[in-house]
Amino acid sequence: MTDASPDRSRSHPRASGDGFSLAKLLLEGRAFFALIAIIIVFSLLSPYYFSVANFLTMASHVAIFGILAVGMLLVILNGGIDLSVGSTLGFSGVIAGFLMQGVQLTALGVILYPPVWVVAVLVCVLGALVGLVNGVLIAWLKVPAFVATLGMLYVVRGAALLMTNGLTYNDLGGKPELGNTGFEWLGFNRLLDIPVGVLVMAVIALIGSIILNRTAFGRWLYASGGNERAAELSGVPVKRVQVSVYMLSGICASVAGLILSSELTSAGPTAGTSYELTAIAAVVIGGAALTGGRGNIRGTLVGAFVIGFLSDGLVIIGVSAYWQTVFTGAVIVLAVLLNAIQYRRRVKLPSSAGSPPTSPQKDKAQTADPALEKTAG
Amino acid sequence: MNAAPEFEPAAGDTVLAARNIVKTYGGTHALKGVNFDIHRGKVTTLFGENGAGKSTLMKILSGVTTPTSGSIELDGQPVTFSSSSDARDRGISIIHQELSLAPNLSVRDNIFMGREIPGATGVDFAEEARQTRLLMADLEEDIDPMTLVQDLRLGQQQIVEIARALSVDSRILIMDEPTSALSATEVEVLFKVIRDLTARGVSIVYISHHLEEALQITDHAVVLRDGAITATANARHINLEWIVRNMVGENFDLGTPPTGHAFGEIALSVDEVSVADVTSSERLVVDRLSLDVRSGEIVCIYGLMGAGRTELLECIAGRLSAAGGRILLEGKDISRLSIAERIARGLVLVPEDRQRDGLVQTMSVGANLSLASIGAFVKGMFLSRSQERSLVDGSIRDVRVKTAGGGAPIGSLSGGNQQKVVIGKMLTTSPKVMLLDEPSRGIDIGAKAEVFRLLSERAANGLAVVFSTSEVTECLSIAHRIIVMRRGRISAEFGADATKEEIMAASGEAVLSNHEEHRSHYRDRR
Repeated sequence: MTDASPDRSRSHPRASGDGFSLAKLLLEGRAFFALIAIIIVFSLLSPYYFSVANFLTMASHVAIFGILAVGMLLVILNGGIDLSVGSTLGFSGVIAGFLMQGVQLTALGVILYPPVWVVAVLVCVLGALVGLVNGVLIAWLKVPAFVATLGMLYVVRGAALLMTNGLTYNDLGGKPELGNTGFEWLGFNRLLDIPVGVLVMAVIALIGSIILNRTAFGRWLYASGGNERAAELSGVPVKRVQVSVYMLSGICASVAGLILSSELTSAGPTAGTSYELTAIAAVVIGGAALTGGRGNIRGTLVGAFVIGFLSDGLVIIGVSAYWQTVFTGAVIVLAVLLNAIQYRRRVKLPSSAGSPPTSPQKDKAQTADPALEKTAG
Repeated sequence: MNAAPEFEPAAGDTVLAARNIVKTYGGTHALKGVNFDIHRGKVTTLFGENGAGKSTLMKILSGVTTPTSGSIELDGQPVTFSSSSDARDRGISIIHQELSLAPNLSVRDNIFMGREIPGATGVDFAEEARQTRLLMADLEEDIDPMTLVQDLRLGQQQIVEIARALSVDSRILIMDEPTSALSATEVEVLFKVIRDLTARGVSIVYISHHLEEALQITDHAVVLRDGAITATANARHINLEWIVRNMVGENFDLGTPPTGHAFGEIALSVDEVSVADVTSSERLVVDRLSLDVRSGEIVCIYGLMGAGRTELLECIAGRLSAAGGRILLEGKDISRLSIAERIARGLVLVPEDRQRDGLVQTMSVGANLSLASIGAFVKGMFLSRSQERSLVDGSIRDVRVKTAGGGAPIGSLSGGNQQKVVIGKMLTTSPKVMLLDEPSRGIDIGAKAEVFRLLSERAANGLAVVFSTSEVTECLSIAHRIIVMRRGRISAEFGADATKEEIMAASGEAVLSNHEEHRSHYRDRR
C-alpha cells in the first residue's frame, strides 16, 4: 500500500495507481467489508435505506468528513496528528461569511464585495496559514504535534467566536447586483445528479492519491513517516514535508468549511466542533497506523463512509442518538484493534498502531445531521 | 558444505535439553530438528551466521516463543514454558540482543522493574539501591543506582542489562550478544563475572559475533547453520578456523586492498573538525581532527566505543554540526550544506544502526533502494514507475541483494541483505565519497565479505571509501590505510601491512591475552 511494487492494477475507482493482491484485499479490505455489511443490514432493517437518493444524501454528509480525513491522513502518515481541523473548518466558514457580507475599508470609504471564487481562494489561503503555524511549531520549534494542534484548536475556535461575537452569519446568498452570488452552489447544486460536495471530495481524494503514489513528495511523506532519521539521511527534506502536510490538512479543512457553510447557507463559529475526532476515526478505520508511514486514501475514504453510513443508518431506523454514539465508538475501537492485529503480523517491526490519542466521543447529532448546525451559535 | 559435521559428546550433567526442536515461520524452517544441551556450570557458546536460527532457539529455550514440534527437558523432566516469565520462574533468564531498558527510569528502577522489593511503605527503594550497588561493584562499573539510563553510554546500558539478568539468581543465563557495545576492559570484567557464576553452578549460554572473544570464555561450542547443528566440540579442541569453517562451510577471508588502480585527487578533506558532545558542550567528542581521502582509496577508522568515530562520520555527512573546522569535498567547502545537498554533491553516509537510521521499515525493498535517488526518475511532476523499477532491479543485481523482488517488505530480508539495501540506496546516487559507519555490524561473515568485495570494486572505479569498525580483523581486510581514533583524535595511522597488536595498542585497548597460544594443541578431528 505504500510501496513501489510493480504490477499494480486499478481495482478500485477511488484509488488511482494503487492496487492489491488477494492477501492484501483480505487484510486491507476489512473496512470495505464492514461498509458492505452496514449497507446490507440497514437495507434489511429499513425500506428507505437502499435507494440512490438516500445514498447521495448520505454521501453528501460523508463528504465533509471525507475531505477532512484526506488531509488528516497526510498528517497521520507523517506520524503527526492535527486536532485543529474542526476549528479551522468553523473559522473558514466564518471568514467566508464575513467576506460575503462585504469588507468595509474605512480608509477608502468603500465596501468590497469579493466574488465567490475570490472568497473561496482566500479561505483556502487562511486554512493553509493555520497549517503553516502548526507545521512551523512542530517541525522547527519541536512542539509535539498533539500539543501544537491542540493549542491551535482553541486559538482558531476563539478567533472564530471573536469574529462574530458568537453569532452566526445567516445570509450567504450574496446579491446579483453586487456580483457575489453562487455561494450555495457548493452545498446545494448537483452535477450529473451528484452533490457538488461529493464531487469535491472525489477530486480531493484523487489529487491526494496521485500525490501519495505518483510524486516524489508522496514518497518522501511515506519515508519520513516510516522512519524520519533514515529519510533525513537519504536526503529527504523532512521538515519541509512536515510543514507541507499540515498546510494541506489546513486547506482540506477550509474546503470542508466552505462546503458545510454552503450546505447550511449559514456560517456559525461553532461549526465543526469535534469533527477532527471523526476525521481521525475515519483514517484509523481505513487502516492507517497512528505511528505513521502506513495508510492510503482508499482506506481512509472507506473509513469515512463506514462512519457516515452507520450514523445515518441508525438515524433512519430510529435508534436513539445516545446509542448511536455508543455504536460509533465501538466501531472505532474495533478498527484500532484490527489495525494492531494487522501490524503485529508483520515480522521484525517495532510495535505499531497504538490507540487513538483522544477518546472518540463526539456529539452524534452533529455528525449524523449537519443540518442541526443551522441553529448553532 | 565441505566440512562434515563434527560431534563430540560434552562432559558434565545436562540441565536443560532441547530435543528435535522444529520451528517454522510460514513456509520457512527456522529450526530443523535441533538437539541442544546446556550443561551445569559450563559456558556453552552457540556460533552461527545471521539467520542460522540462534536467536530463534534461544527464544524457545527462554519461553519467548513455542516450538512447532519437539520437546524441552529441564532436569530430565519434560516442560513447556507458557511465557518468558514462566521460564524465569523456573530459573532461566535471557539477556536480549536489543536493549530492553526504560531510558527514562533510573538504573535501580530498571534492574528491579516488575520485581520490586516490597517494603513497609510500598517499595523498599533503599534495599533495591543497596543491591544495585552490589551488582555494580561485581561488574566493576562505577554507576550510581539513581542515574537515569538515558544518561549512560551504550556500553554502560548493556552493563545494566547484564546486571538485571544477574539480579534474578537464575540457574541458566542466556546471553545473546552481551558484549556488542562493551570495551575490552568491560568484556574482561564480564568474563570474570561469568567465571564466578559458572563456579557457583550457573549454566551460561553465550552468543556472540565476536568469535575470538567467545572462544576465550566458552567451555563448549555448538555451531548452527541453516537451522541445523553442524558441529559440537569441547572448546579445548577447537580454534577460530574450525568455527568459521563449520559456520559458513568454506574457507574464505575478508579480502585484500584492491590494487592496480592509481588514487585520484583528494576527494574528501576534513580540516581541523571538532564536534561537541551532545550532553555537555564543553567536551569535544571529535577534537580538531584532520583527514584527507583520495578517490579510489579505502580508509578504515578503528577505535573503541566512544572514540568519536560515529560523531566524525555523522558530522562529515551533515547530521551533526561541527563545532569548528571545515569539510571540503573535491576542494569545495560543504560545511554549511544540508544532508540533501551533500548527497547531491556526492557525499553519502551509510549509518551505524541500519534499523534506526538506515531503513524505512514500512516501505518495500524497492522503495528503500530508490529513496535517496527519487530525482532520477521523476518525469515532470510524477514518478516514472518503469524507470524506478529498472533502477531498483539494477541496484538489486548490483549489490546482490537476495530478495523476492523490489516489492518485498524490507523486514523479510536478513540483516546482511538489509545492509546491502542501505549501501545500494546510497550507491544509486553515484557518490564520490562513501562513508560507512560499522558496515559489518550485526551481519554474518558471508555478508561481511560480500559487502567488502562490493566496496573494493567501487574503490577500483574511483569511489573514495571511509569505513569504521571495532573489529581489528576488518581493518586488515580491504583498507589501504588504517586510522586509529582515540578520544576524538587520530592516535595512529598505518598502512595495510599493520599488525593487530599495533592497531589495538594505538586505540588504547588493553591487549587481550592471546588465546591462540592457549589453543596451540588444536587438532582436526576428521
